[in-house]
Order: sequence, then C-alpha cells, then structure tokens
Amino acid sequence: MQIKQKIFLQFGICFIFFGLIGILINNLTINLIRTGLGFNFNWLFKPASFALAEHPLPYTSSDSYAWALFIGWLNSLKVIASSLVFATFLGTLIGFARTGKNSLLGLISAGYITIIRQTPLLLQLMFWYFVGFLGLKDNMFIQIKNIFNISNQGIEFSGLTFSSEFLALLLGLSIFTSAYIAEVIRGGILSVSRGQWEAFRSLGLSERKGLIRIIIPQALPAIIPGLTSQYLNLAKNSTLAIAVGYSDIYAISDTIINQTGRAIECFILLLVSFLLLNLLITYTMEIINRIILRSQNYS
Amino acid sequence: MEPIVVAKNLTKSYTKGLRALDDVSLTVNQGKVLVVMGPSGSGKSTLIRTFNGIETFDKGELNILGIKVDSTHDERKIRKIRKRVGMVFQQFNLFPHLSILENVTLAPIHVQKRRQIEAEEYGMYLLSQMGIDSHAKKYPSQLSGGEQQRVAIARALALKPELLLFDEPTSALDPERINEVLDAMRRLAEQGMTMVVVTHEIGFAKDVSDQVLFMDSGKVIETSPPNIFFSNARHERSRKFLNQLEKN
Ligand SMILES: Nc1ncnc2c1ncn2[C@@H]1O[C@H](COP(=O)(O)OP(=O)(O)OP(=O)(O)O)[C@@H](O)[C@H]1O
Ligand SMILES: [Mg+2]
Repeated sequence: MQIKQKIFLQFGICFIFFGLIGILINNLTINLIRTGLGFNFNWLFKPASFALAEHPLPYTSSDSYAWALFIGWLNSLKVIASSLVFATFLGTLIGFARTGKNSLLGLISAGYITIIRQTPLLLQLMFWYFVGFLGLKDNMFIQIKNIFNISNQGIEFSGLTFSSEFLALLLGLSIFTSAYIAEVIRGGILSVSRGQWEAFRSLGLSERKGLIRIIIPQALPAIIPGLTSQYLNLAKNSTLAIAVGYSDIYAISDTIINQTGRAIECFILLLVSFLLLNLLITYTMEIINRIILRSQNYS
Repeated sequence: MEPIVVAKNLTKSYTKGLRALDDVSLTVNQGKVLVVMGPSGSGKSTLIRTFNGIETFDKGELNILGIKVDSTHDERKIRKIRKRVGMVFQQFNLFPHLSILENVTLAPIHVQKRRQIEAEEYGMYLLSQMGIDSHAKKYPSQLSGGEQQRVAIARALALKPELLLFDEPTSALDPERINEVLDAMRRLAEQGMTMVVVTHEIGFAKDVSDQVLFMDSGKVIETSPPNIFFSNARHERSRKFLNQLEKN
C-alpha cells in the first residue's frame, strides 16, 4: 500500500472513532438534560431507604446509597471468590477425569462438559434456584437437619447462614465455569508431549507421581492464561445474580437507578468496579504465572 | 545362560486388520546385545516398547527378567519390570523443567526412595561416566542433542537396570554427534549390560551386537549373528533392505 493511502486510511479510522465518541457524548448530554438531573455524585450520600436481605456488614435502610453499593460490592466479591474456588476445584477434577485412563469417568465428564456448555447460564441459574434450593424445606430425603439447618431462607452450617439465592448463584456459577475450566485443564495436559508420559512411565514412576512431578508443571504455563480468562468470565457472569434475586452490586445499582434515575453515574461506578476487580484478577494471575515460569527455569 | 527377554508369539494391531506385530518370538540372554533392524513402519518401536509395558499387545506372552506378562497388561507387574529396565528414546524425552542432575535423580528419589544426597552422588558418577558432569546444573534445552542423549542414558541407568532398551537413539542427532552416543553404548555393552537396540548404524551392529533381528510388516524375517547378517543374509528381503541402507 502506498504511504498516501495509508495516511488517508488512518485519518478515516480516526474520524469514524471520534465521530462515534461524539455521538455517544451528545446522547448522554441529551439524556441528562431530559432527566433534568445533571451529572454529579452528591446523591450517593443520601439515605438509600431500601432493605437488603443480605449484608456481610451492618446495614439499615437509613444508610447511604454509597454504603448500599459497597455492601453490594462485598456481596459480589463473596460470590465471585467462593465460586472461583469451587469452580477451580471441580474443573480440575473433571479435567483430569476427562483425560484419564478410566473410560467410564471420561465418558461421564465429557457428558457433563457438553451439557453444561450447551445450555445458557441464565437457565442453569434459574434451575438451581427453583429446582435446587427453593423446595429444600419440604424435601423429605434430607435427614441431616442437625448439621445443616435447612429452610427456604437457606442453609445454616456451623453458625454461618447461606441464603438460597447465594447458594443457587454459587452452585450455578461454579458448575458452569467448572466445565470451561475442565477444558482448559484438559488442553494443558494434552499440550505436554506423549514422550514425557512415556519417559516417566519407563522410569517406574506411578501415574500420580508422574502427573504431579512431570506433566502438571509443564501443563501449567498453558493452563494459566485460559484459567485467567475463565476467572474474568466468572466475575462478569456474576452480574446475573439479579435473576435469582441475590443483592450483588449490579442488582443494587439496578434498584438505585429505579429510585433515583442516576443511570449514567451508576453505570460508570459499575464499569469502574468491574474493571478494577478484573484487573486485580489478571494481575494476580500474572504474578502466579511468573512465579511458575521462574521456578521452572525455562531458558 | 539366563534369558532376560523371552517373547512368545506377540501380536498387536493398532487398527483392525493391520498387524504392527505379527507372531513375534525372540530370546535375549544375559549380557547379550540384540540389534533390531527393519524398514519404517515394520514394528520395531512397537516391539521394543512392549518390553517395558509402555505399549500393550493383543496376544502372546512376555517374560522380562522372570516376570511374566500377557495381554491383560497387569499394572503391578509392569511397574516391577519398569523399575529394572531402562529405556532411551529417539527424541531423548528429557524433562525440560528439571535440571540435568534432577532428570537423573528423579527415579532414585521418587521410585527407590533414596536419600537426595545419595542419589545425587550416584547421579554425578553416572554423568561423569557419560562425560557430561560439568553440565549437571544446566537444563536440557541448553545442551546439544548428543549431550542430551547421554543424559538420557544416565537417567536410564539411574535405577541400575538389568536391561536397557534403545529406540533409534542416534536418529535425531547431527552426524558429528552420533559417535559420542554410540561410544557410550559400546562401553555399556563391554561392561556386560544386556541391551536391545533399534538402530540402522551398521558399524555399531557389526562391532557390538550378538544377534541382528530383521523385521518387516510386523514379522520377524530373520535373526542372525552380525557377521552372517551383513555379509550373507539368509533372506531376500533382508538383503534388499541392506542394499537400500548402504545406498543412503
Ligand atoms: N499409536 C499408533 N496408532 C496407530 N498406529 C500406529 C501407532 N504407532 C504405530 N502405528 C503403526 O504401527 C506400525 C508399526 O509402527 P512402529 O512405530 O512400530 O514402526 P517402526 O518400525 O518403529 O518404524 P520407524 O522406523 O518409522 O520408527 C506402523 O504401520 C505404524 O503406522
Ligand atoms: Mg520407530
């Protein structure tokens, strides 16, 4: 391509880009004028005057919108962090079952992965909520009520209470993400050449030792990037909490927007908080990746 | 003389109708070197890999060091065999994330449960036997092909095996690197190691082997002492193969 054409193309792209931004800003201003609210964050410190079913820190309806949002953020963090742990655990198990020698386990895990990946997450969440947890109280099969105190408020376990909404979301997100993590794990294991398996087997190492000492260390560099992107998806998917009525940051913002009409401010806060959260996840994973690579001394 | 490897009527198909091994029987006695030759796809790798159980077979019987295995592939017996048999591969298959010394001490520490100091001492001895002790702290990717293959031999020797298997150990090497590996193998043979070697190195086979086994299409065509095999092979197919080999 000639230089002139290149410059022309660059200008064209810039023009379109800034044009689109301009239209967006124009739209925003028109919307702001129409609602007659103006752009500011002062409303954040007014009392929220709505109740929250679930709050890890003290909260009453006379607390501020800012505090309500913070509680929502904590609720999001709680469900994301716990799903992340469960999904990783479950996904790793299924990933290994999928690659292992046992053909029955392999078949079951392949079926699991297929079913979970071929149905929408929203549907799965609703399934766990309505089928899994709402009916628990009347379930005659549950005879372990001394340990788990079950009601349709949720499950109480050694002093901690988990709401049906939280559990449905936790289970739904964990199971959904675990199917993808299983595929990431499987891909990582398959990326290690067959020769490595043959080499450790020839040395008389057991399958378990060989996996731990030889295969997994070499699979990790291929697994970490895929795992990171699944964690990011998990964090973003957690906003579906609203479907099962769990008060995550998105659900609370939604209530606030309905009460105050502060849609633009709320969305900016939402975008920033998810951006920060996902940057945190990415950064943490990058550090883990670097530690792994350094400990392996590849050169 | 004690037989180390006895194979009886080994048969194997990867895909139906195509036999990678077709009724293969052979014996290797203690301290002997068997060289296996044959065209590409004739089943040499498949055969040698059944000897330590990294390949299964469909029919027949194997007796390795007195341990009998059949097509049921008893995992416990196979593990026992692997602890007493070393293997060296065409592509070296060193563990890239472990140092040279760690490659060699892995099995002594984790299979034989030896103390690390003890394993390292013996590992260093093996590396010096192979002339690569100065590389002990390096990683496989920092070594030349010939050096890597000598590490692989040291690794295979770490469990003090009674049988060594080599699958084309010099085929992936630059020509000027081949002899350093063959020399190491020669010394092992002189020390009385029992070996099965898949190779097309005629010089090595002539000097070192006690028997040459020639395979084609999964079948054993002939087994002869090297002086007969290379000057006066009994079979037409063997002679054709040797002609082809000398042309290259
Ligand atoms: N994993 C496998 N799956 C299917 N077929 C295989 C597999 N491994 C080997 N074969 C087939 O079995 C036959 C014997 O293969 P093998 O690797 O034992 O031959 P080889 O004599 O070692 O050949 P080469 O000199 O090329 O290494 C070939 O026809 C090959 O295509
Ligand atoms: Mg081969």
